[in-house]
Amino acid sequence: MKIKNDCGRRKEKIFSNLCLIPSLIGVLVFFLVPFGIVIYYSLINNPTSAEFVGLENYKRLLQNDAFILSAKNTAMFSAISVPLAIVLSLWLAVLLERNIPGKSIFRTFFLSPLMVPTASVVLVWQVIFHNHGTINQIIELFGGKGIDWLKSPYGQVVIIVMFLWKNLGYNMILFMSALAGIPKDIIEVAELEGASKFYQFVHIKLRYLSPTILFVLILSLINSFKIFREVYLLTGDHPTDKVYMLQHFMNNMFNNIDYQKLSAGAIIFSLVMIVVIAVLLIVENFFGKDVE
Amino acid sequence: MMTKKQKEKTFNIIITVFACVSAVLFLMPTVLTIANSFMTSTEISANYGAMLSNMTSDQKTFISDNVNLKFIPDKVTFEQYKNVLFKSPDYLLKFWNSVILTVPITLFQIAVAIITSYGFSRYPNKIKSIIFFVYIILMIMPYQVTLVPNFLVADKLGFLDDTGKAGIDSFFSGLGLKPDSIISLKQRLAIILPGIFSPFSVFLLTKVMKRIPKSYIEAAKLDGASEWQIMTRIHLPLCKGAVISVTMLVFIDYWNMVEQPLILMKDSDLHPLSVFLSQINTGDIGLAFAVGVVYMIPTILMFLYGEDYLVEGITASGGLKG
Repeated sequence: MKIKNDCGRRKEKIFSNLCLIPSLIGVLVFFLVPFGIVIYYSLINNPTSAEFVGLENYKRLLQNDAFILSAKNTAMFSAISVPLAIVLSLWLAVLLERNIPGKSIFRTFFLSPLMVPTASVVLVWQVIFHNHGTINQIIELFGGKGIDWLKSPYGQVVIIVMFLWKNLGYNMILFMSALAGIPKDIIEVAELEGASKFYQFVHIKLRYLSPTILFVLILSLINSFKIFREVYLLTGDHPTDKVYMLQHFMNNMFNNIDYQKLSAGAIIFSLVMIVVIAVLLIVENFFGKDVE
Repeated sequence: MMTKKQKEKTFNIIITVFACVSAVLFLMPTVLTIANSFMTSTEISANYGAMLSNMTSDQKTFISDNVNLKFIPDKVTFEQYKNVLFKSPDYLLKFWNSVILTVPITLFQIAVAIITSYGFSRYPNKIKSIIFFVYIILMIMPYQVTLVPNFLVADKLGFLDDTGKAGIDSFFSGLGLKPDSIISLKQRLAIILPGIFSPFSVFLLTKVMKRIPKSYIEAAKLDGASEWQIMTRIHLPLCKGAVISVTMLVFIDYWNMVEQPLILMKDSDLHPLSVFLSQINTGDIGLAFAVGVVYMIPTILMFLYGEDYLVEGITASGGLKG
């Protein structure tokens, strides 16, 4: 009997391993193996003569003005929009935690932009931020002077607003469930001991939320690199300087089939991502250690 | 002096009002698009003509210098919809392009993900957790990184050129496809194939499946269930919410796609509507709102049907660990 059981378990183990095979093949063929080739391409001069040139491609890329501009714009966009996305969505979640009527309707409203294709509503955004559009009309109503948003130095404001509109709902849901998971008795004890709401939030809730904050941060960071979609829909092939993003630069490299710069760019970007996320994980580990 | 209870009550009213205002702001772009889709084209050019004038200065047919955002049309008509559906086959074609890319990616990605997450959640061991970690890293990588390897593979397979690798072309013509449809199929496959193996849904479903109590599985095994039956009869029903939710998230992500077609599809006739809509403001502004509404119908329907599942799935996605 026992032997039969063992045999069954082995079969099951093999079955569970086999389940991974299709996905593994796909990931290897479409992502991991070609990524190895990307590393190789970033170190040679061109695919035909294939001479090893060390870090020459990286140097060339870092001296390229267009690359620097696009990296700077992308970094600036992420650095502004990601913290804003965290703070505002946490704020919305705290708001909806209170006992207000129609909570689930508000949840629906805040979440709805997630499921609306950006392409569908892009025209409305264009009208709102147009030189003679809604925002400028409001500004002029109060005696100010409007600006041509997308072409101005404030071009990024437009895409930051669009980013927040789309992503706050998802983050808010994550924070809502994390807030609901905080043990009630700890809050009750704090209340009995006379801790203010503000103290409770900063010293108790935020600590329990720290894994969620980390997750929302990473998620928003990933999503912030998709902002090219909005920019492309707003401005087409010819973005203004302020919204010239990394993806624009990559698209040009794809069009010119410049494998060397493309590969070097992809490697640099992936290294930056890995370093950023490793740092975040370490910080969170340090900060949220005594909670778990 | 207000009592604590009164204070609480006033505060709640303020918050409710505030939440109402922000909710309206969140809904505005969507509602405005829908409302404007019922305007006549003359009304649209009167209101938004000024935007066109920026693009082509010789077409100064607009009346007002300002761009007026309007909530309520002067006269409700279905003129735009009639034009979109019956007179401009271009939009329907692009809509179909979106469908033919997004539906296979979503269906196959979910199917692969269900099987893979089952593999990850049953009999976990060291190697599996290392592979899972690689999947997480891959999930975190933005398109700017992953599109380069995708492009290389598509290039090697000859998906990017009209006359690709002989072996692959003859394989497709062996299936009875005409040369024209082989070219478009190849360009679509260049996007669909990597999309199927995108690791996001594996990540989410594995997390959900790992939470299924062991006792359920043991009980099923005592009743003589096979592994396949455990997957389809226990894991799948228990993960129904997560599966629906991840289907919605994957669908909307690819319904929104812009990066991949621009890079992997030379033939702009094959571009999905999400890319094509960016060109609309230079041309048929009178149709843009109706096209936009038609494009959001599938995702809005999904949202209305599956909002609770979506919330359940988003909640389950929280946290990188376990």
